[in-house]
Amino acid sequence: MNRILPVLTVVVALIVLWYLGAVAMNAQWTRDQAARAGQELSFTGIVADTLSQDRPKLPAPHQVAAELWQTTVQKSITSKRSLVYHGWVTLSATLLGFAIGTGAGILLAVGIVHNRAMDMSVMPWAIASQTIPILAIAPMIIVVLNSIGIQGVLPKAIISAYLSFFPVVVGMVKGLRSPDAMQLDLLKTYGASGGETFRKLRLPSSMPYLFTSLKVGIAASLVGAIVGELPTGAVRGLGARLLSGSYYGQTVQIWAALIAAAALAAALVGVVGLIQRATLKRMGMER
Amino acid sequence: MTEPVITAEKLDLTFQTNDGPVQALRDVNLTINKGDFVSFIGPSGCGKTTFLRVIAALEHPTGGHITVNGMTPDEARQSRAYGYVFQAAGLYPWRTIAGNIKLPLEIMGFPKAEQEERVKNVLQLVDLEGFGKKYPWQLSGGMQQRASIARALAFDADILLMDEPFGALDEIVRDHLNEQLLALWARTQKTIGFVTHSIPEAVYLSTKIVVMSPRPGRIADVIESPLPRERPLEIRDTPEFIAVAHRVREGLRAGHSYD
Amino acid sequence: MNLVIGALVFWGAAWWVNLRIANGRGRDTRAARLAVPVLFGLTLLVLWEGLVRGLNVPGVILPPPSAIATRFAASLPILWVDFVQTFVKGALSGYVIGCGAAVATAIIIDRSPFLQRGLLPVGNFIAALPVIGIAPILVMWFGFDWQSKAAVVVVMVFFPMLVNTVQGLAASTAMQRDLMQTYSANYWQTLLKLRLPAAMPFVFNGLKISTTLALIGAIVAEFFGSPIKGMGFRISTEVGRLSLDMVWAEIAVAALAGSAFYGLVAAIEKGVTFWHPSQRG
Repeated sequence: MNRILPVLTVVVALIVLWYLGAVAMNAQWTRDQAARAGQELSFTGIVADTLSQDRPKLPAPHQVAAELWQTTVQKSITSKRSLVYHGWVTLSATLLGFAIGTGAGILLAVGIVHNRAMDMSVMPWAIASQTIPILAIAPMIIVVLNSIGIQGVLPKAIISAYLSFFPVVVGMVKGLRSPDAMQLDLLKTYGASGGETFRKLRLPSSMPYLFTSLKVGIAASLVGAIVGELPTGAVRGLGARLLSGSYYGQTVQIWAALIAAAALAAALVGVVGLIQRATLKRMGMER
Repeated sequence: MTEPVITAEKLDLTFQTNDGPVQALRDVNLTINKGDFVSFIGPSGCGKTTFLRVIAALEHPTGGHITVNGMTPDEARQSRAYGYVFQAAGLYPWRTIAGNIKLPLEIMGFPKAEQEERVKNVLQLVDLEGFGKKYPWQLSGGMQQRASIARALAFDADILLMDEPFGALDEIVRDHLNEQLLALWARTQKTIGFVTHSIPEAVYLSTKIVVMSPRPGRIADVIESPLPRERPLEIRDTPEFIAVAHRVREGLRAGHSYD
Repeated sequence: MNLVIGALVFWGAAWWVNLRIANGRGRDTRAARLAVPVLFGLTLLVLWEGLVRGLNVPGVILPPPSAIATRFAASLPILWVDFVQTFVKGALSGYVIGCGAAVATAIIIDRSPFLQRGLLPVGNFIAALPVIGIAPILVMWFGFDWQSKAAVVVVMVFFPMLVNTVQGLAASTAMQRDLMQTYSANYWQTLLKLRLPAAMPFVFNGLKISTTLALIGAIVAEFFGSPIKGMGFRISTEVGRLSLDMVWAEIAVAALAGSAFYGLVAAIEKGVTFWHPSQRG
């Protein structure tokens, strides 16, 4: 309970700052227009105009909210102008890529934990890969796959997959290795086989680590899908909305797409968090 | 020699917790004289650590009166009346042993040359010459605790407050440190308040033993030790020693502390 | 076909050698720990080269490593100009400003538990968002040149850095703070002598995460508009002209810059937090 008031205060302060910023950044254009028309503007006139321009430098929150309302609720879902449609395009690529990346990541982690040679050869590269901007390969993957006839959701999903792959590998290896020597020795005294040790000790202990990297992974997947939409010429998806908005100076559209992407990310991370809580609760590991 | 240094009258302290108020200290009356070695002993929850923290102004009483050197605990702290040694050594790992001992001196604004001088002296006092340039994690637990005692001695306070300083060490190291502590006390003539839950340790070290009992935390018995100030380790096998230890044990049992 | 078979044979041989090293007696030596991943990386390169050449994969789909290396060596001046534009001007300046601002903000809100309770969840929330989407807006505000890229980087690194620093400032134990209190230390003495040093492992964690974010931000922001230089610009235009060897050369620069930047920060961390259990090893 004692977190809600401070968080609300900060959020309200951000919105107030946003309005002040909108007035300050858009005032120049208002004054220029008025000067060209030879009009004198009162202070309230300036403020009112800055908050209702067509292509403001910084749209006011209520303009963005109105745009969001129009492009979600008031458009049919199949319309090219519906944010729900674009959001679904991005989301499907994100989820497909996330599933591929996570699945492959978990498999590789299991292999790494059980095979020394694999561990020693792959693990340093998996860790190093987190320090390099692999996102830079995205445009190339899209264009190359396009040139050999693969289009649509798959190229973006591949980008999403490799962005979520490495965090999952590193987190899962850490998790599978988290039982200490005493716990492993205990199972040895029971004469447990390698498979039993894995199912009864390693896998359950890895869950908290896995979920932590899943949260990182799904956020990265979304970023991958959005960036993957940029080089195809801005047709479909939230990334396309961002790019076409920036081509035509439609700032309100950019902000609406940005908020939609943020909401999507928050929802995805939130869902993973819920699954995490439910799983850990069933396993009796909740804190 | 019987000049009072710490006096507590009708001291009360109640903590407000989520489970309702908890009376940590009730009606505590105690006088500690200059040069005393006073041990506080009792089961956990008896308020012995809380009382030490009240003397150090880390907690503030909700009733009663306490003076340290004739001042309030807060004023006494400002005038550097005491050094405090915690359960763990609590040395900063990013500072060398000498750097850790310098920490209070830097905060209190001692001149650079005097800092070096004092570090050298207290390292000698706790038998750690030559370890000044080491980092805490390169030393054993017993050595770390000695360094933390040196840190408390560095600014030459009259009173040394020690909260179970040897609780985490094994018995052999503990015996050795107890012997060294007595030697140090004899040399420096400081007044020492010492929290422990080991009966032999309390009897071996103290001139005065305060037996406390829990719920609410209060004083059950105060024992003036008949043992001489000069104490070899063998004194623990004498009848006098065993008699004092017996009385402490009786006091603890009378407090119904083991429920 | 011989090339394909040769590559596969090399793969098999390298795998056998790695197995021998990994299960042999000297497996925990430094040399073994270095040799195995290097051999593995080399295997990938040989496989790549052999398969691409042997199966005649066209260069517009996947150029062989040798072609990339040749292009890399021949384009050093261009790569250098792009590196300066994107890494030094865009990423590095944004990194310094963003991390500096975050640490300063953390210290300012340090005295207000109310602000911390409010800002920390918001900061955690924003750190998980696709912040990179703000790039088109900042490109509009700050123009096509490196200033807008630096601004994107500032926004991207600010919140992860803020969250880590605030956590770090809370990392000292109650006992350590009690100790400072028995010395009557004031707020600033406690901050400088205890809480900031204790926060360093967390601060460096944030700094390390931010190195990658900074480079990603600077490159991707260039996809939304840039002058005719820069790593992101080069990647998107050369992809369009299907000269993939140049794209791979830029990616190699990005990878080298990214790991060198991370390595540098990690080396400074080792020097500053030498006392932390994770660094003593």
